[in-house]
Amino acid sequence: MTDRSLPRVRTRRPFPWHVVVFVTPALLIYTVVMIYPILSSLWLSMNNRLPDGSEVFVGLGNYRKLLASELYAQPLWNALRNNVVFFVVHMLVQNPVGLLLAVLLSFRLRGSAVYRTLLFTPTILSVVIIGFAWKLILNPAWGVQRALLTPLTLQELDLPWLGLPATALPALSLISVWQNIGIPMLLFLAALVRIPEELYEAARLDGAGGWTIFRRIQLPLILPTVGIVSVLTFVGNFNAFDLIYSTQGALAGPNFATDILGTLFYRTFFGYQLQSGDPYMGAAVAGVMLVVILAGLLIYLTAWQRRITEVQL
Amino acid sequence: MSAAGVPLLNRRAQVLGHLVLIFYTLLAILPTLLIIVNSFKDRLTIFSHPFALPTASTFTLDGYHTLASSANFSLFFLNSLLVTLGSLALILLLSSMAAFALSEYRFRLNTLLGLYLSVGIMVPIRLGTIGILNLMVSLHLVNTLWALILVYTAQGIPLAVFVLTSFMRGVPRDLKEAARIDGASEYRIYGMTLPLIRPALGAVTAISMIPIWNDLWFPLILAPGEKTKTIVLGASAFLGQFVNDYNAVLAALTLAIVPVVVLYVIFSRQLVSGITGGALK
Repeated sequence: MTDRSLPRVRTRRPFPWHVVVFVTPALLIYTVVMIYPILSSLWLSMNNRLPDGSEVFVGLGNYRKLLASELYAQPLWNALRNNVVFFVVHMLVQNPVGLLLAVLLSFRLRGSAVYRTLLFTPTILSVVIIGFAWKLILNPAWGVQRALLTPLTLQELDLPWLGLPATALPALSLISVWQNIGIPMLLFLAALVRIPEELYEAARLDGAGGWTIFRRIQLPLILPTVGIVSVLTFVGNFNAFDLIYSTQGALAGPNFATDILGTLFYRTFFGYQLQSGDPYMGAAVAGVMLVVILAGLLIYLTAWQRRITEVQL
Repeated sequence: MSAAGVPLLNRRAQVLGHLVLIFYTLLAILPTLLIIVNSFKDRLTIFSHPFALPTASTFTLDGYHTLASSANFSLFFLNSLLVTLGSLALILLLSSMAAFALSEYRFRLNTLLGLYLSVGIMVPIRLGTIGILNLMVSLHLVNTLWALILVYTAQGIPLAVFVLTSFMRGVPRDLKEAARIDGASEYRIYGMTLPLIRPALGAVTAISMIPIWNDLWFPLILAPGEKTKTIVLGASAFLGQFVNDYNAVLAALTLAIVPVVVLYVIFSRQLVSGITGGALK
């Protein structure tokens, strides 16, 4: 790019324009479309509109309203509680079962690759499909559920699982587990196949069985992955929306029994039949979600990472 | 990586392992198969024999006919394709450029930039939705596919840069130095490294593609118009509208399933190696 015909004093380090060219486009889009909107949302959550239409800075006023007022506090705590249940079900079912499947696949039974491919299929499908498929299966009118349960003499379990306030949230959590199990499974499997062969050789010489190998070799060595999977589950769960919205609608029925932070955020911002949307309060709900997610990340980084020095992935 | 070492299971444990895997595999694929199979059956048989395969007398394409005559499914499909391909092209181009710079040059802000980008790996872009909507309104991009492409590009860049940077570091230095001595520009050298990290580009494509194709949130908020609906949003609206026409509903679901499954079959190796960091080849 320098004009060679002109005599030029060579500086030792010319300004690296090419670095700027390489980095700027990615940085620009990332900053303008992601970082700036998150910050501007946070800023918006600290403002409100006066009756005359002008915007005014209210500090943490919206958050106070969110946490304490009758209109907002009850739905927020309800959504937060439901979200915790949603997360706990994932941690108790998705990750242990994912680990079990990964361990079985790591033993390289015949046909492992086929199992791996098929087990991952639900994960690639859209939640809209997943939600509707399960709604049909659990739908008393279609009777697939009945046809499966009757031969097993489990007719008492033929209930409208998605329609009862007590069972809708666990049922949806399990559907979400069913869909997303592929990711922890693959991450655990990746960690398991990295375990050096010699350790297994040694275990073989000692006559260790499958369970001992899992307890003494596999589990301790994949602990970092357990941490990563937990934090991914946490972030994904406290940001979830699609499944609840596509099966239960924006009102997260029955009677808000499946309302989580994502659906509450959508309703607060856009409004619904019972209430008009409010961008400021919506931004405040997003602010609460951000705080929850950052708190989770912080716990992971301080409490978990400190104990485990080796970072994988 | 030899496969020989691992199995220490006796015969009984092997059988047990297979049983668990077969059970879970059935659980994983039956719901989807049920949808696809029933979409080809007449309404009566859908309800009376949900598990039966279609026979000559129960086979019907009614649902697909309803679909062809009543919904803009091909337009929605095209929208999804444009958004997904557009975002992927931008993610791959911009992230590989940034990753090249981050891995190749030592400059003052190198580490800081890496950290700044990694915020986006952990903090979900959805939390900025209100800011994004305001931004798109002021740019007049609401109800255009560009709004979605920009958002998905921003969402995909952090992880793509992270993955590509570590692969770029693995490209031998000698090669690039030789090219420099021959007078190649930095841009040429960047172009030269791209084919060398093709597996990483494939992995990034596979990881980024699925969430973009399947997303419901941003199409719902940024591009809900009839002309810009993606197939996921279109299917979700359609399902609400035709909820009692089970033939049409099952056909719509089948059409929304098939493309992803085809893409998955094509990219599954890259997907697996992408998620697992190349450990499973």
